[in-house]
Amino acid sequence: MKALCWYGAKDIRCDEIPDPKIEHPRDAIVKVTSCAICGSDLHLYDGYMPGMEKGDVLGHEFMGEVVEVGPESKHALKVGDRVVVPFTIFCGECDQCKRGYYSVCERTNRNKNIADKMFGHTTAGLFGYTHLTGGYAGGQAEYVRVPYADKTHIKVPKNGLSDEQVLFLGDIFPTGWQAAVQCDIQPTDTVAIWGCGPVGQMTIRSAVLLGARQVIAIDNVPERLSMAKAGGAITINFDEESVVERLNDLTQGKGPEKCIDAVGMEAHATATLDSMYDKVKQSVMLETDRPHVLREMMYVCRPAGILSIPGVYGGLLDKLPFGALMNKGLTVRTGQTHVNRWTDDLLRRIEEGQIDPSFVITHRVGLDDGPGMYKTFRDKEDGCVKVVLKPHQSPTQVAA
Amino acid sequence: MTMQDTVAPFDGDTAHSLARGLGWFSIGLGLMEVVAPHSLARWLGMRDSEPVLQTYGLREIGTGIGILASENPTNWVWGRVAGDGLDVATLAAGLNRPESNKGNIGIALAAVAGVAALDVLCAQSLSHQNGRDQTERQRLRYDYSNRSGFRAPASTMRGAASDFVVPEDMQTPKLLRALDAG
Repeated sequence: MKALCWYGAKDIRCDEIPDPKIEHPRDAIVKVTSCAICGSDLHLYDGYMPGMEKGDVLGHEFMGEVVEVGPESKHALKVGDRVVVPFTIFCGECDQCKRGYYSVCERTNRNKNIADKMFGHTTAGLFGYTHLTGGYAGGQAEYVRVPYADKTHIKVPKNGLSDEQVLFLGDIFPTGWQAAVQCDIQPTDTVAIWGCGPVGQMTIRSAVLLGARQVIAIDNVPERLSMAKAGGAITINFDEESVVERLNDLTQGKGPEKCIDAVGMEAHATATLDSMYDKVKQSVMLETDRPHVLREMMYVCRPAGILSIPGVYGGLLDKLPFGALMNKGLTVRTGQTHVNRWTDDLLRRIEEGQIDPSFVITHRVGLDDGPGMYKTFRDKEDGCVKVVLKPHQSPTQVAA
Repeated sequence: MTMQDTVAPFDGDTAHSLARGLGWFSIGLGLMEVVAPHSLARWLGMRDSEPVLQTYGLREIGTGIGILASENPTNWVWGRVAGDGLDVATLAAGLNRPESNKGNIGIALAAVAGVAALDVLCAQSLSHQNGRDQTERQRLRYDYSNRSGFRAPASTMRGAASDFVVPEDMQTPKLLRALDAG
């Protein structure tokens, strides 16, 4: 089968590799009908995440049709079922899963010993996202093995919803939703969201739906800001104005109650001293992440406010104003998304037409064009906001 | 002739990889000049040039970091080309000094010329790529102002999910809520 494989920084290839097989009674094999490139895949593309090996299959946003089911998953799945697969693999039985904290499932990371060393304790296994999280083959492929498949799936009802309407239930929609939910948005709140990429866009819609008085989106890419505005946000272009000054202006000098980092470890803010400092340190391998957004959030957030961090960080961060965080009594809520905790509710909202997450898709291609699309997405070329790949369609079919 | 019609020595990815290599080379060379100017000056037979070599070393380190840290290293690589010119001028001046080791200065000049050629090719390729990118950006404009994702205008969708109950573990303690938020 064909799959997008990682061979190093900025080296992704569409390879022919062996088809996946059932390896455990709880496995299922899914024929991937649609998958996407996620912003967090770009951290792998740029080579900032440790724990990748040459030939690893990428992709953690995908959906498709079940074509084979292991004996211990047959009570939950059957051949022909249409499923979205959450990016977090979870067992549903450990203490964390029982509490709904699926992204820190205690059992699904088969490289637990590595994660224990890196993070202190293991987190859940993830598809296509380094050997720190299990080294599972990802879904930017024609077929994928889904471990713990009896739990790790979202069944798509037979009601005519298209792939593109439900695909993002596997990651970016619940990620944006959780980012907003964990802010516990009140009707009086101003919510500031850094980053208008796909997760930022979903976060903006979630904050609006959850009733924030004012949603403010921060980025410097005009087309992304126009999409943010369409979703109901006031926009700040950080190339043109001071983020801190504008946020204070919009909140009578008090700062936003809720701040959300939908950027993560590769913040671009080239005009600021601290971001240049980060770039220098990261370039000579003295720092793993560029936490400009975290610094800004800690500084500008209203005292007793909440910082929500869905953006991915990998390791060691420098020069954080922890004094501001501590003295203002800020609450920090973060973590990978507990996808299935939210998907029943979000699927209902899609079915009811409250939201159609496909608004974010700007590019559709076949797998062969995937490697090039990583670059297009990374460089924000050609108006790219979100790329969907169709593994079983020819370029002509995709174009149609 | 437009920027697209010209042929760059390297494609964009190769030029960026080469720039990174030159960045590390710059830092390495700079460290050597800063840490061991005495040895280098003695090898060249330019014993009173140690402060100059140390200054050039700092320049090399700064340029190297600039290349590695920059999203677009083009100007930094052109900076290296200018630095190469300074190096050549300094070495050439050394040839006229009676105490200098002309053989070793010749070797150094050849090495600088080789690296300078790489610098120029890399800088040209990066500039070419920049021109293409700029043209592409000017050609393509995108407006997503009709992509709300909502079934109705965003202003009317505010609070549409107010039926959602925030789980207890994510609720803000009442004391931390705004006074007028209930």
